Formats: sequence, structure tokens, C-alpha cells
Amino acid sequence: MLNVLKIAVRNLARFGRRTLLTSSLITLGIVGVLLFVAVSGSFKTIMIGQFTDSMLGHLEVHRKGYVASIDSLPLNLNMQPAMVAKVEQALQGMDTVEAYSERIKLGAMFSNFTETTSIRINGVDPAKEIATTPLLPGRLIGEKRAGALLNPGEILIPELIARGMKVKAGDTVVLVATNRDGSVNGKTFTVAGVLQSVSGPSGKDGYITLEDARSLLRMKEAEVSEIAIRLKNPAQLDAVYAQLSKELGAVAGPGTATATGSGDKPASAGGGGGGLEVHTWADLSPFSSIVRMIDLLAVFIKIMMVSIVLIAVMNVMVMAVYERIREIGTISAIGTPPRRILSLFLTEGLLLGAGGAALGTAISLAAIYALNIWKVTVHFGMGQAILLSPAVSVRDIVTIVAMVVIMALLASLQPAWKASRMDPVRALGHV
Amino acid sequence: MKAAMPLIRAERLVKTYRTGEVEVHAVRGVDFAIESKSFVVFVGPSGSGKTTLLNMIGCLDHPTSGKLTVIDTDVGQLGRRAAANFRGEHIGFVFQDFNLIPVLTVYENIEYPLIMVQDWPEKKRREQVMRLLEAVGMSGQAGKRPDQISGGQKQRVAVARALATNAQLVLADEPTANLDHDTAYRVIELMKKMRDEFGTTFVFSTHDPKIMGAAEVVFTLEDGGISKPSEKALEKAEAVHA
Repeated sequence: MLNVLKIAVRNLARFGRRTLLTSSLITLGIVGVLLFVAVSGSFKTIMIGQFTDSMLGHLEVHRKGYVASIDSLPLNLNMQPAMVAKVEQALQGMDTVEAYSERIKLGAMFSNFTETTSIRINGVDPAKEIATTPLLPGRLIGEKRAGALLNPGEILIPELIARGMKVKAGDTVVLVATNRDGSVNGKTFTVAGVLQSVSGPSGKDGYITLEDARSLLRMKEAEVSEIAIRLKNPAQLDAVYAQLSKELGAVAGPGTATATGSGDKPASAGGGGGGLEVHTWADLSPFSSIVRMIDLLAVFIKIMMVSIVLIAVMNVMVMAVYERIREIGTISAIGTPPRRILSLFLTEGLLLGAGGAALGTAISLAAIYALNIWKVTVHFGMGQAILLSPAVSVRDIVTIVAMVVIMALLASLQPAWKASRMDPVRALGHV
Repeated sequence: MKAAMPLIRAERLVKTYRTGEVEVHAVRGVDFAIESKSFVVFVGPSGSGKTTLLNMIGCLDHPTSGKLTVIDTDVGQLGRRAAANFRGEHIGFVFQDFNLIPVLTVYENIEYPLIMVQDWPEKKRREQVMRLLEAVGMSGQAGKRPDQISGGQKQRVAVARALATNAQLVLADEPTANLDHDTAYRVIELMKKMRDEFGTTFVFSTHDPKIMGAAEVVFTLEDGGISKPSEKALEKAEAVHA
């Protein structure tokens, strides 16, 4: 085998320029794919982190039908205390859950006493909310005050409303909300801070405490609109989703939970109007579509690379066989078994692919290292600068290199087969 | 006492090619026998069937009819793989255009059949290649590539390669056609010397009358037919085997 390798290397070196050109093409393809995977992967991870860690959490539990009507923030689809207790009981028994936060979501009119606008409000327990979405305090614009993020009687408002209504920290504002029975209630709040916007449907929400939300809505019971959940390890999302869906299905009464994975329809637990639904962040954020598009784009880029490898290697190997017909005739005539001739040409194709892949991987890793040193930032959404930390996993490298090597082998198969089956008399007589 | 079987025996050997509607009778029912350790030449003009005959003896081509026995094997019945194995085991080839592998050195070209055709251990391989390099007078050129040596030297290397596997039979199709007369004569002399040294049967073809004189048995081919060996050639052959 070593001798076949030696001859194959020399044959490739014999047509050095052509070999270099083909290897360069494969190298370029590998560099393109690995850099795309690294940069888009970094972008995805950071953006997903932004959504999950600053507002959504990794998972959310709602009453069935709530998310379908989320635009109107229906108060009649809030979870009742008994349901909340069951969810909390389930969450406390799961060691994969790091924190959770109950929220009351409501639509309200926001007034600065001269102008009025609509606002979406999250009533939260500040400590639990920070534990569940740890990037929330980081969204505060301006100087951070000491103490709690939010106290009773205070409100955090989104940057858009702060600018539009010319409201700043310390100002007094009024929230007016329609209660479940149709009556209207108003309450004054002091602006505790202004939150930087985050792209997405809930990125422009304001925050008040859970008690203030219940008081504003004149709630008699401790109902909540949703429970946001933070996992210890986001990689366990699908497993926790399935487990939680099952557990909530078991405790919620009629019906059986159906876990369908993070990218599919949410699982419902309990069935009917009284059941519970579990959603992943991907079900709730439009960014999941962008993630899917990035993944799709990566697949297309990989297909392009595979095509480049296939065409380039096949072209070179077809030429190699054509140019060496007499040589093939000679080695065949002196008794070289067909399988050895086959292996010789397959090895040449394999070396072309493997050489290009090795060089491409080395250049890609160097480029990724350089991008991390240069600290490349991109702007996304409302002017947020995102510092990219491109990285590529060993699994990605192995997969892509394996694809290239397999394609190179497949591309060499036909020419190699032709060479091994060549009639020595015709080959020796070839001019 | 039973007579020894000749190394090559052809009986009513026919080879017909079909090119479209046209049939070409390259070999027309020839009979001949070649003894072991002889030095035989097939002579004749272009198109007389020399190459076709050598190709059939070398298991590169199948007879259309008749029987061809080479080293006790009916080679007409061999399949593609079996023919390749038979060639690798018993036959060496020397080509008109030398056909050395350009990416290998002189040493590696001679070593090639020992690696790719037969799996010889490295030590034995080295000894064999060094012995052959010495025998063909190419010891000083072992590290050179084919494009760094002359035509005569290339053919010496080709002869050494043909002998590498201790082949019983070496077939050489027009081995001197691309060489000047002096070089051609030296190559023929070398082949003869190798026959004497290794006991190998050499069968070659030529259309050069000066070269054919060096052979011990001469078969003249004309239009696919073969005439009997000349008396002189027969005497030479008998002297060799005496």
C-alpha cells in the first residue's frame, strides 16, 4: 500500500500545476464552508443567547391557546393558581432546570400626562426574572442604579417609548389597563430605567412587578400568563422539552402530552381549553426562521463544495487516465492485477481530495483564529453590536473533510475502474 | 523415452480481427514450437502478424481458433484475471518504446513488478534489483529517472524489469526499432547474455535483417503465415541445447 501511495504521489507531482490547481479549488471550497459554518454558527449562538437570556428564556409554559392569541394578550387564558402550582412542582423536581419566572402579560395605555401610547407589560418577580433571563439588567441604558432592578411602584420602559414620549428615569407615568371583566383601572409608576430594545415581538416590552400587575388588573387570584424557564445546559433543550411536556401532561388531567421537538408544533398537555402548552424559544421567536435559513444556506454551500470536489477531481482523473493509457497498458501487460491499477488511481483521487481538505482545514483554522483576535463585530437589529466569536467544532471539521474525501473517491471511481478494465493491447497501441 | 514438452507450442493458430464489415486475417493457422532457453526471432514486414503472434503468446490477446500452449498452459482459455496472473508469474515484456514508468527511478522501475505484481520481501527485492542492475550494466544509473538516460540504457532497464520476477519467457516486440544499429546490436547481445545467465527464453520480433542474424531460431512471417525455421537457425538452436 505504501508503494501505491508513493507512486500516486509522484504521479500527482508529475502534473504539478494541474494538481495544484485542483487542490486549490478544493481548498477554497473547504475554507468557504468552514468559515461560513464558524461565522454563522457564532452569529446564531450569540443571537439565540440574546433572545433566550434577555427576554424569552429557553422554554415557556402557557395555557393552551394562549400563544395562538398572544397578540391580544388574553387575560382569560391565564393559568390559574392550581395550574401554576402543578407547573412549579414539576419544575422543582427537574435538576436540568436552573430557574423559572412567572409572568403576567398585559396590554396597557402608557401616558406621560401629555401624550398616550400603547405598551405591552410584563409583570414579573425581579429576582426570578433576572435568574431566568440574566441579560435583562444589561439592557438598561445609562447609569445603573444600586439595589433592586425593579421595586413595587416602578416601571422599566422600552427605549422606543422613552424616546417617543420623552420620558426618562425618575419620571412619573400612568398605566391604564382593561381588566378581565371589562372594567378599566389606572395606576401611576415611577420610571426605574430604560431598556434597550431587542429584535422580536417581546423586545419592546416594559416591566413592572408581579404584585403591581395583579393590582392594576384587579386580580383576585395569583394567576400568571406564562412561566419562562432557564435550563442549566441549553443543549438539553429537546430532552427537557419532551420531559416537561410529558410531566405536565401527566399532572394536568385529561389528554396526553405530545412532545414534537423544538422546531415543530408545541406539545400540548392536558388537552381541551384547560390544558398546558410547552414552547421552546424557537416556537416563540421569529429568529428561529433566520436560524433555519442559515442552516439551509450552510447545506447549499456544502452541496456546492461537494459539486466542486466532484467535478474537479473527476476532471483531473479522467485526464490522468487518458494521458496515461500506454502506461496503463504497460503495467497491465507486465501482470499488474486490475485491483492494483484500480487502487493506484483511487489513491491519486483520494490524495487530491485529502490534500485539498487538509490545506483547507489548516487555512480555515488560521482564519478563524485571526477573526477571534481581530474581534469582528456585526450590527444587528436596533444598532446592537455583536462581537463574533467564530468557532468550528471537531465534528464539523470531520464531517466536511469526510464529505470531501468520500466525494474525491467517488469521483475517481469511474476513471479508476476504466483504467483497471483497460485492454492492454489497445492501451499499448494508443497513440 | 518421452520427449520434453516445448515451452511454446502453437497448433493451427488463427487470429482474425473484424473491423466493421471487414475481416482481417492477422494470423492464418500457424504451427510452431519453441524450446526452453532458446533465442527466437519472428521476422517479417509490417502487418505480417508478428505483434499479433507475440500478443497471443503473452496472453494479451486470445486466438480466434487453434491451440496455443505456453509453459504447459492453454493460454487461449485464460480469463482476464488469470491471464494477468499468468503474465505476472511467467512472462516478461520488453517494448519498442521502452515503456518505463516515468515517475520511477531506474531502480524502482526494475523493482516495480516485484512490488505491484509479486509481493517480494524488501531484502530479497533489493538483492534481485542490484543483481539485475549489475547484469545489464546500469548500476551507476540506479537513481536516475527514465528521462535522464539514453534510449539504449532505457532498453537495458526494460530488459532487467522483464527479468525481475525470474520470468521463464521474455517477449520483446521490436525492441530495437527505436535504437541506432550499434545500440540495437548491443541490446540484442545483452538479451542473449541474459538468456545464458538466467536461462530465460527470449522471443522477439524485428524487421531489421541485421538484427535477425543474431537470433538462433528465425521464424519468417508473411501475410499471417509462418515459414519453417532456417537450417542455420536450427543448427544454432541445436548447438545451444547440446
